[in-house]
Amino acid sequence: MSVIAAARGDSAQKVLSLYRQLLRQGNQFAAYNFREYTKRRTRDAFRENRAVEDPRRVQELMQHGLKELQMLKRQTVISQFYQQDRLVVEGGLSGKDKGGKGGVVRQKDTGWD
Amino acid sequence: MANIAPSVLRQASRLASKSVLSAAPRRGVPALARVARPTAPGASSTRAYVTESRRDNAQVETAIRLDKKELQKSGLALSGQDGQNAHVSPMADVLRQAAVMDEGQRPIYLDMQATTPLDPRVLDAMMPFYTGFYGNPHSRTHAYGWESEKAVEEARAHIATLIGADPKEIIFTSGATESNNMSIKGVARFFGRSGKKKHIITSQTEHKCVLDSCRHLQDEGFEVTYLPVNNNGLVDLEKLKAAIRPETAIVSIMAVNNEIGVIQPMEEIGKLCRENKVFFHTDAAQAVGKIPIDVNAMNIDLMSISSHKIYGPKGIGACYVRRRPRVRLDPIISGGGQERGLRSGTLAPSLVVGFGEACRIAKEELSYDSKRIKFLSDRLLNGLLSMEHTSQNGDPDHFYPGCVNVSFAYVEGESLLMALKDIALSSGSACTSASLEPSYVLRALGNSDESAHSSIRFGIGRFTTEQEIDYVLKAVRERVEFLRELSPLWELVQEGVDLNTIEWSQH
Repeated sequence: MSVIAAARGDSAQKVLSLYRQLLRQGNQFAAYNFREYTKRRTRDAFRENRAVEDPRRVQELMQHGLKELQMLKRQTVISQFYQQDRLVVEGGLSGKDKGGKGGVVRQKDTGWD
Repeated sequence: MANIAPSVLRQASRLASKSVLSAAPRRGVPALARVARPTAPGASSTRAYVTESRRDNAQVETAIRLDKKELQKSGLALSGQDGQNAHVSPMADVLRQAAVMDEGQRPIYLDMQATTPLDPRVLDAMMPFYTGFYGNPHSRTHAYGWESEKAVEEARAHIATLIGADPKEIIFTSGATESNNMSIKGVARFFGRSGKKKHIITSQTEHKCVLDSCRHLQDEGFEVTYLPVNNNGLVDLEKLKAAIRPETAIVSIMAVNNEIGVIQPMEEIGKLCRENKVFFHTDAAQAVGKIPIDVNAMNIDLMSISSHKIYGPKGIGACYVRRRPRVRLDPIISGGGQERGLRSGTLAPSLVVGFGEACRIAKEELSYDSKRIKFLSDRLLNGLLSMEHTSQNGDPDHFYPGCVNVSFAYVEGESLLMALKDIALSSGSACTSASLEPSYVLRALGNSDESAHSSIRFGIGRFTTEQEIDYVLKAVRERVEFLRELSPLWELVQEGVDLNTIEWSQH
């Protein structure tokens, strides 16, 4: 009994770790829309499957998440190679970004001309 | 022996210059740091006459790294040391102290009917085929060909499952325009050859490529009926029924309109066509992957699909051609007999794989995405319609929520587009955006010229955020108000004058 509980606790920790990794990796997208989408999609997917108990299903979902993480690792790097200027909306509703909370300083568009 | 002394001298001077270089950042840092706090004591270490220095001591990279460490120690900046700027040059943190942040200039993208951004997951699936797997999928003699072929067939299966078809019924083309041309011209020419089936039915709100294909066939001696649509953009089934003749070869009606987003009653049209033994072609470029489509349930015989409308790569599309009962076409492109001989030419495995992956994701995410898009669309539509003298174009109940077309009375659409420079929008399809003519789709709905001129299409997609919608709402509200203030017509309307009663003097 305790073994099962321990196993469950172990897997819960793994799931949480994956969740954190996905969020952190998604935040590395240079493109605003992809960054926001990854954040939202990750959160919603984990929330949707919160009640899953079947260990096999949990394993499946974990595999899926790990695959997505690998993809994110590759794609964020590509995204960082070809950065564009920021969107007008990235500075909040006013559209003015004062570089407050860790905004990216970009002097010019990269990767296009 | 004689040259030892000069070489020693030279070495010493080189070392000295190096130490100067390596010392430079150290001196620079306290100078920067002085803004925040007094110079840290003991920053300048004691130096011998000629200090030992390693070869790479003066390299710029180390200098920067050193800079950063020093800065961190001095407690300056680097508050935003999260993922976002870790990848930019470390000097960015230093620069931020000096440079004024440039404000974001790139417009928000809200023209998802024209095209959509490439999903990173799709690009990830495509990358191997741009780097390693370059085999020709039609090569049957070696492993390079086999692996490409396998990937192509997998992609074909993904596309087929999305629309409920058999993989063998999917023909890859260069896009929906080619698919439309192939279907309409192909069927018409094949069945028109006998001279009995020389009639085509389409609607007035079709995409230009369908209308132009039909016009082309008219020159070849075919008869074409352009069905009018109701005020809400839907095709009248009774009129369609009346238009079908014994010599009708094909009916072509699009699933989701690209400008107003109305969803045509596909099932009813399909049933009607099947009863009358007429082929039913539909341009589903805007529909596949966004609304559920089943070619068997809807009795669709030919269907055009585009990849770049569903977050896939540009330059590829597909045509669904039914096998049972078989639809026969005259191919436009003849050659090596690839794709059942209907569209010869080597396939691009990378694009095909991207297209397949886009379809797989679209199927997987269909319910999630449509829920999300509905939510954003409602937010946008409610906000826009809460302004006075605005109206939605198209049927408010039967439309794809990702396409919101709204008319702003007493404002010129093109000038509103110009005023909304920070939002990428369009007043109609991208093909006609170069001309200033009012949209023919809106004219077909019976809208007046003024109303057609003053309408704008908002496209919402998978990657649109709530923040963007709020920004757009605020911007549109401000600019519309501003433009209306300029307009003399608006002044008259505010005074309660009915514009239709005014007799404009002729010059």
